[in-house]
Amino acid sequence: MAATFQSLGASSSLSTPNSFDSKLFHVPRPKSLAERKGGSLFVRSDLFPDNGSKLKVGRAGNLAVNAVATKGHSSSTASKPGHEVLLFEALREGLDEEMQRDPCVCVIGEDVGHYGGSYKVTKGLATKYGDLRVLDTPIAENSFTGMGIGAAMTGLRPVIEGMNMGFLLLAFNQISNNCGMLHYTSGGQFTIPVVIRGPGGVGRQLGAEHSQRLESYFQSIPGIQMVACSTPYNAKGLMKAAIRSENPVILFEHVLLYNLKERIPDEEYVVSLEEAEMVRPGEHITILTYSRMRYHVMQAAKTLVNKGYDPEVIDIRSLKPFDLFTIGNSVKKTHRVLIVEECMRTGGIGASLTAAINENFHDYLDAPIVCLSSQDVPTPYAGTLEDWTVVQPAQIVTAVEQLCR
Amino acid sequence: MSPAFAAANMIQPLNFAAPTRSKERLFSDPLKSPNTTPFAGSTHNLRSHDRPNSWSQHNRSAAAAVVGVSDLVKEKKTKSAYSSSNLLITKQEGLELYEDLVLGRSFEDMCAQMYYRGKMFGFVHLYNGQEAVSSGFIKLLRKDDCVVSTYRDHVHALSKGVPARAVMSELFGKTTGCCRGQGGSMHMFSKEHNVLGGFAFIGEGIPIATGAAFSMKYKRELLNENCDDVTVAFFGDGTCNNGQFFECLNMAVLWKLPIIFVVENNLWAIGMSHLRATSVPEIWKKGPAFGMPGVHVDGMDVLKVRNVAMEAITRARRGEGPTLVECETYRFRGHSLADPDELRDPAEKTHYAARDPIKAFKKYLLENSLADEAELKAIEKKIDELVEDSVEFADQSCLPTREQLLQNVFSDPKGFGIGPDGSYRCEDPKFTEGTAEV
Repeated sequence: MAATFQSLGASSSLSTPNSFDSKLFHVPRPKSLAERKGGSLFVRSDLFPDNGSKLKVGRAGNLAVNAVATKGHSSSTASKPGHEVLLFEALREGLDEEMQRDPCVCVIGEDVGHYGGSYKVTKGLATKYGDLRVLDTPIAENSFTGMGIGAAMTGLRPVIEGMNMGFLLLAFNQISNNCGMLHYTSGGQFTIPVVIRGPGGVGRQLGAEHSQRLESYFQSIPGIQMVACSTPYNAKGLMKAAIRSENPVILFEHVLLYNLKERIPDEEYVVSLEEAEMVRPGEHITILTYSRMRYHVMQAAKTLVNKGYDPEVIDIRSLKPFDLFTIGNSVKKTHRVLIVEECMRTGGIGASLTAAINENFHDYLDAPIVCLSSQDVPTPYAGTLEDWTVVQPAQIVTAVEQLCR
Repeated sequence: MSPAFAAANMIQPLNFAAPTRSKERLFSDPLKSPNTTPFAGSTHNLRSHDRPNSWSQHNRSAAAAVVGVSDLVKEKKTKSAYSSSNLLITKQEGLELYEDLVLGRSFEDMCAQMYYRGKMFGFVHLYNGQEAVSSGFIKLLRKDDCVVSTYRDHVHALSKGVPARAVMSELFGKTTGCCRGQGGSMHMFSKEHNVLGGFAFIGEGIPIATGAAFSMKYKRELLNENCDDVTVAFFGDGTCNNGQFFECLNMAVLWKLPIIFVVENNLWAIGMSHLRATSVPEIWKKGPAFGMPGVHVDGMDVLKVRNVAMEAITRARRGEGPTLVECETYRFRGHSLADPDELRDPAEKTHYAARDPIKAFKKYLLENSLADEAELKAIEKKIDELVEDSVEFADQSCLPTREQLLQNVFSDPKGFGIGPDGSYRCEDPKFTEGTAEV
């Protein structure tokens, strides 16, 4: 499923001025849903409404940050600059570029070398950079994660891959005790510029252990940052940003998103680790999401727009820390918040986000925050049960309708 | 068979008046009464080199100790200092070692005093009795070599060169401590002296050490730096039953990492006797199981330790891979200052007290005319003054202020995120003062 999105402003029965300027895109005249299959329209997903936000440009340095879709830039989408990649290829590109740029960047993980990575993210890198730089490890997550941390303390910049995020539970000791803490307990003497990445989330009947969402377990660890990628564009950008960051960063990928296709720029770019991404500006309700649920939300958004709602969809991307500026601006505009996540209900990212929004923007809320999360069950194998474990677009539509009553 | 490793058990340069470990083994399993059938892990069956009073037995035991030495080591011939003379060290080396041993002991004794006077709190684990291991290994290292330790790390840090003032201040929780007061007793770090911690959980530091060694190999092979630095990882007998230990032994051999795994086997993990916890108590045997030499050495004898260390470090520097060294040693105090130490047999304690590494080494120096009483006394006085000075310095240093609380959470403080007003939290002046909300 490509990262596409249809804008349907004119057909809205509420006829509120669409805050999103359709001149910026080549928006086809509204067609029926049946005709709109496969949509060739591509949206630069970091479009920000012109609200004079001062922080966007230049935050992450001199590169084409966030590729904020200015009016001039987007008109060139017609000539299709850039190249098409699948998400796992985008990750690989990011990794490859960083490894070329800095000889201290290395990859450590199971089957990352000769096998090319179980999701092909590191395919070809071992041939290019050698077996030491793309290190195939034995099955010892706790120890090789610790080894990566020790290597980072002594000058390298390892990218540690967990073949599945769930396996990193075995490395929890090292991630919590060493990765998060050593910069602090050493009084700032040692930095730990590691990137810990891997696929997680509920896949296609992978069973309970392989369908875990670790973001909720790691979120309390002080000293680490967590980001979740959702499109090839932000995957490459986040990978590069994470590698360049001096902080330890955990990059969450999703098993089902690796084959997403998108056109990404040829020129080098990095996205900000701490910023959220505006996917679809709107007026009625703020929907906060990340990773795979972004696509369920966007699917629900199509239905919602047909029904006359105007949801603002934000991919929070930075799971720790939260981008309270983007989120806050949205809340101040729409006054209603729906959080859609794949984490479990108890103690998940949504729970923290609800607390953060309540604390900071309570006055702006017209309704209690609704959080749609996965069920608190070990993910069942059966397909039907698995479908009911995660949030589906129909539930999102219902929730929005209820919130916007 | 490497002569150095064999010599570790055969030659006893320090003449003990008291019975040596090789002759008598007095450690006891508190739960074993003389009338019961010896349990499978009975002390009688262990440590074959501890049969009393038999030189031939001792020879056999020396062979047993080196049976784990890999073929690689067997081919190496060490140029041992003692082949040309009877002495293993020069006068200068001797004095340096002695000073380091005394520093370790005096410092730890002062820690105990300060603890009971309420100057430091929490868990403090003292190293009394084990000084020979620290001095024996670390005094052979260069500044760029790395040391990774456990919670019993004060003396490792001192031996590596971290100033006593910095360590004492850290223990007092002052900003002038080596970790700004943020680490404490169990987290001694020094970037300058390449002390990579200080870890509160056992086993945690071993992968870190493996990573540091990996860096060194990486620099040498990929970054073309002339790097022949080594990493020494210290840990205890209890750790040797932990997964991280075995996983790292495997990886270190796989990639021939320049690391030395030093087991400070003091026979007790708090109140758990090593024999009750371990199916095969000879830890050195676990090295060959992974393909690295496993060496056993008397950890109460600084010269024996130094001899073995020399070989292991040279191996690592040459790129020949890791070594596992098991040092039999003993801690004279409890596990920590909170441990009443009631479980260990007083006879065992007396036995080891008689083998105090400092007394033995002093005797060696005097008997071999490497130093005279006056010189040694001068060293002791110098150390006393140093330790007193460190306490005074720590006392007079400042406690951390509120603004220090959030400073080292992230290396890049953008990690605290973007606040509701659009700027990064760390740009808020109140943040640096410590009064902003996070």
